[in-house]
Amino acid sequence: MNVLVCVKRVPETGGRVTLTADARDIDTRYLGFTVSPHEECAAEEAVRLIEANGGSSTVLTLGPEAASDQLRAAMAIGIDRAILLETDGQDWDPVATAAAIVAAIQAEAAAGVSYDLLLFGNEAADSGDFQVGIRVALALGLPCISGVKSLEINDGVATARREAGGGWDVFEVPLPAVVAVREGINLPRYPSVPGRLRAKKKEIERIVPTAPAAGLTGPAKIRLRLPAETEGRVEVLGTGAEAAPAVVDVLVRIGILSA
Amino acid sequence: MSGLPDRARVVVIGAGIVGNSMAYHLARLGWREIVLIDKGALPNPGGSTGHASNFIFTTDHSKEMTAFTLDSVRQYKELGVFTQSGGIEVARTPERMEEFKRRLASAHSWGIDAELIDPARIKELVPYIEASILLGGFYTPGVGVVDSLRAGTLMREAATAMGALTISAQTEVTGIDVADGHVTAVRTDKGTIETGTVVIACGIWSPRIARMAGATIPLTPAVHQMISVGPVPAFADTVGEITFPIVRDMDTNMYERQHGGDLEVGSYAHRPILMSPDEIPSIAESAQSPSELPFTDDDFDLQMEQALELVPEILRDERVGVRYAINGLLSLTPDGMPILGETTEVHGLWSVAAVWIKEAPGIAKAVAEWMTHGTPEIDPHSSDIARFYDHHRVAAHIDARSAEGFNKTYGIVHPMEQWASNRDVRLSPANIRQRELGAVFFEAAGWERPFWYGSNEHLLAEYGERVMPRAAEWESRWWSPIVNAEHLAMRDRVGMVDLAAFAIFDVLGPGAMDYLQGLVVNQVDVKNGRVIYTPLLNTAGGIVADLTIIRLGRDHFRVVTGGGLGMRDKKWFTDHLPPDGAVQVHDLTSSLYTVGVWGPRARDLVQSVTSTDLSNAAFPFGTAQTVEIGGVRTLMSRISYVGELGWEIYAPMEQGLRLWDTLWAAGQPFGVVPVGIGVYATTGRLEKGYRAHGNELELDFNLVEAGMTRPTVKDAEFVGKAAYLAQRATPPAAILCTLTVDDPTSSTGIRRYMLGREPITTPDGTFLVDARGRRSYVTSAGSAPSIGKHVLMAYLPPEYAVEGTKLAVEFFGERYPVTVAVVGSTPIFDPENARIRA
Repeated sequence: MNVLVCVKRVPETGGRVTLTADARDIDTRYLGFTVSPHEECAAEEAVRLIEANGGSSTVLTLGPEAASDQLRAAMAIGIDRAILLETDGQDWDPVATAAAIVAAIQAEAAAGVSYDLLLFGNEAADSGDFQVGIRVALALGLPCISGVKSLEINDGVATARREAGGGWDVFEVPLPAVVAVREGINLPRYPSVPGRLRAKKKEIERIVPTAPAAGLTGPAKIRLRLPAETEGRVEVLGTGAEAAPAVVDVLVRIGILSA
Repeated sequence: MSGLPDRARVVVIGAGIVGNSMAYHLARLGWREIVLIDKGALPNPGGSTGHASNFIFTTDHSKEMTAFTLDSVRQYKELGVFTQSGGIEVARTPERMEEFKRRLASAHSWGIDAELIDPARIKELVPYIEASILLGGFYTPGVGVVDSLRAGTLMREAATAMGALTISAQTEVTGIDVADGHVTAVRTDKGTIETGTVVIACGIWSPRIARMAGATIPLTPAVHQMISVGPVPAFADTVGEITFPIVRDMDTNMYERQHGGDLEVGSYAHRPILMSPDEIPSIAESAQSPSELPFTDDDFDLQMEQALELVPEILRDERVGVRYAINGLLSLTPDGMPILGETTEVHGLWSVAAVWIKEAPGIAKAVAEWMTHGTPEIDPHSSDIARFYDHHRVAAHIDARSAEGFNKTYGIVHPMEQWASNRDVRLSPANIRQRELGAVFFEAAGWERPFWYGSNEHLLAEYGERVMPRAAEWESRWWSPIVNAEHLAMRDRVGMVDLAAFAIFDVLGPGAMDYLQGLVVNQVDVKNGRVIYTPLLNTAGGIVADLTIIRLGRDHFRVVTGGGLGMRDKKWFTDHLPPDGAVQVHDLTSSLYTVGVWGPRARDLVQSVTSTDLSNAAFPFGTAQTVEIGGVRTLMSRISYVGELGWEIYAPMEQGLRLWDTLWAAGQPFGVVPVGIGVYATTGRLEKGYRAHGNELELDFNLVEAGMTRPTVKDAEFVGKAAYLAQRATPPAAILCTLTVDDPTSSTGIRRYMLGREPITTPDGTFLVDARGRRSYVTSAGSAPSIGKHVLMAYLPPEYAVEGTKLAVEFFGERYPVTVAVVGSTPIFDPENARIRA
């Protein structure tokens, strides 16, 4: 089978997010870049599916040249090939992004490469639009399941589960299909050193996507605003053995231990 | 623990390994009301300590750094945070194997247990290593890792238990107040603390904090890349943090070390990645910590391949993942040494910066001693912040040299190796002439000093084998036989030596004489025009400096000292000035040019361009006079560091070229040769047994041991007098001797010439240890072309300090026979000093 995983390069924030002077972007001077945890799991899922079923996995992103880092990171854990829809670094909204991905998939199909499964992360870590996977599915006329935390493929049928209250929604769809997964579907592996070195040497296929025509794009980004910070509070419960009862109380209160 | 006091005896800024060690050692030495603050949270406030790999290799070619490291290991062991694992530095190249022999010599000189081992033995100790690509290793069983965060906690707890310490974490310094050149308060976001003493132990942030007080700490944050891979199957059955020896892959500038179930791979091989202290993100902005920046994998690619070659069993395993990878920030300095001591700009403001885990507790102990009574046990002179000149304190210099030094972290660095970056910073007025003469320039304190002159190549034919040519590549590097030819020509005729690098300062005022009398060992109450050579001591009798002083008038003295430590000497002088303003120190370093003219024809030469009577009677040794030379009013001082008749001649810097040209032209009939610093600092000096600060003279030795006592001690009080009198009343534990190499021929038939710091042994290879536990090593080494021997200076225990005693010196793994030629300060050449007094 052939699996395509779509990922997005995003700033790796760990602490307080700061904005650029014009408030249109996150200040990334001190930040690394990554993909969302959902997308890491999507890539891991693709690798596992190919390990189990044979075939080939491809990772695709739309972004600047620097986004090759994220493609190589995916190849370092075992994705076979990579496609970069190279932009000049400007933001593409979900409508435009989905259109570019659809165009790339159609071009692949015209060249004889078709995908049985399109994997997305449930939402991007930065913009959180929850749209691209669904828009791609719609444009290609494919079934789409989002919020997926478990996925099995048998005889051309995907069985996907997502959490629903205390239980599971279970879906069966014929392939090809679009599946947007959530963190927790698997535990992604760390890249090995040989994996990283192999990924470094692999070719990245580059396509310059057609910029969306005016009028087709969605809402424009004016500026970003940081939410009010919630002041963290540190309470020292005690030191040494004397602190133990207080720690137990807290663990009970937050449901880690039962009373 | 809570609440920031209004007032403190000392505020230590920074609670990494350095600040914690400082707080502890100050408390131990009796300081109270110590306040330790850090903008981060404890125990890991987010600086370099938090991401350090925490291993300690003990041997360094620098005696000072080794001493700090060994003391640190001792302290870490006492704290119970040291895990001994052993460490192996491995060689992939023959050059590295040679370097290991030299490293072993340093280990022997500093008393460290180490051995050279073959690849099979490396494999035995580190089963997962690919030994087939290695030629051998340098194994130090005493190497280990420490828990530096735990050490910091224990030291804070100890200081707190003494009732000495208040800790305030998450407290950010916003300013440092200074009044009349003295620190008065530290302002923070939680309040202001009045204090007269501040310790900057802020690692990569130190320059930023110092600047708040108007002081400079010339270091730069730089990236050190590290990855951690795991889980490693080979480590599955090990217990604790480390079982296998740490491996340093010297030829690739990398290390590989077990860390529990993981293997850490660190690199000093990537391109230098420097940052400005102002660019470091805040704690809030940092994804991990401010000193753990996002990993840039492109920089690590080559290292990944090289690591794969060395530990393929672990790294080829697809199950072993890269779990952690950072660009960790650490501190680099323009000369690779730490930055310690009171800043030259602000009294009471101390720097303990650019200090790594391996040396931090030892350095903190020394600095605490320095702050408490001024007499650190380990001599910190190479790390003293006062070593920096203004030209060292600029970003262009700091960045260029730090970048150049970074890739030498594991390098094979020749003791005379010159920096390539940021040269031509300070030029002698005669530089233009020296270039015409084909001078090969070495740098000292930023000055470009001719080390030898290409124009003297013709002398090689004149002197033939007497120039003691060198066949071995190592000691031919940064050297030329022309040095020895210049030496012989100077001894035969006359030489001109450019000494623009001297640091010169005038001491002026009605209190000048009494002030100097109280500062230096020798008598300064002399007639005007007398030249005094004198050592300076600290209160414990340790040797701080040696220099010359010319009395120019009742209230006017001129101090002339070496350029290398000139600014440190200047700080010593200014720190001791009386508070009433009766004495002033004026720095004339950039105002006065100095040229030396020495040799049997020196008088003839200078006399030919002056009407002043230069005869021995009119201008005796040890005196100075104002003399007009070719229209330049100069001060001539009849002294010599090379043991010849002649003078140091001082002139205004802007007239230096004219003075040089006048002397050069006048010298032609007398066969004048330009003579480089190779002669001045080494061959000429060693033949005369003159001691050099940093080699023979340092806090570790005293004047009795150095053979520099005079028959009487002046009546006046002076710094260190009581200690000095006690030293004179005690038999010395070691005596400085001059030794000659009997036969420099190696086992392969090549003549080898030691360069300094090699261990002295008995003929059968037993190391010499004196009653104070100090090993004997070569303090200086060089050719003595006038006597046709290679000579060494070394402190020897009294039982060996006997003329004619046969000993040996270890050099690149072989022992060479040497003989004690002179005990004490008598010159090996011209012992009566007839030439100087001619």
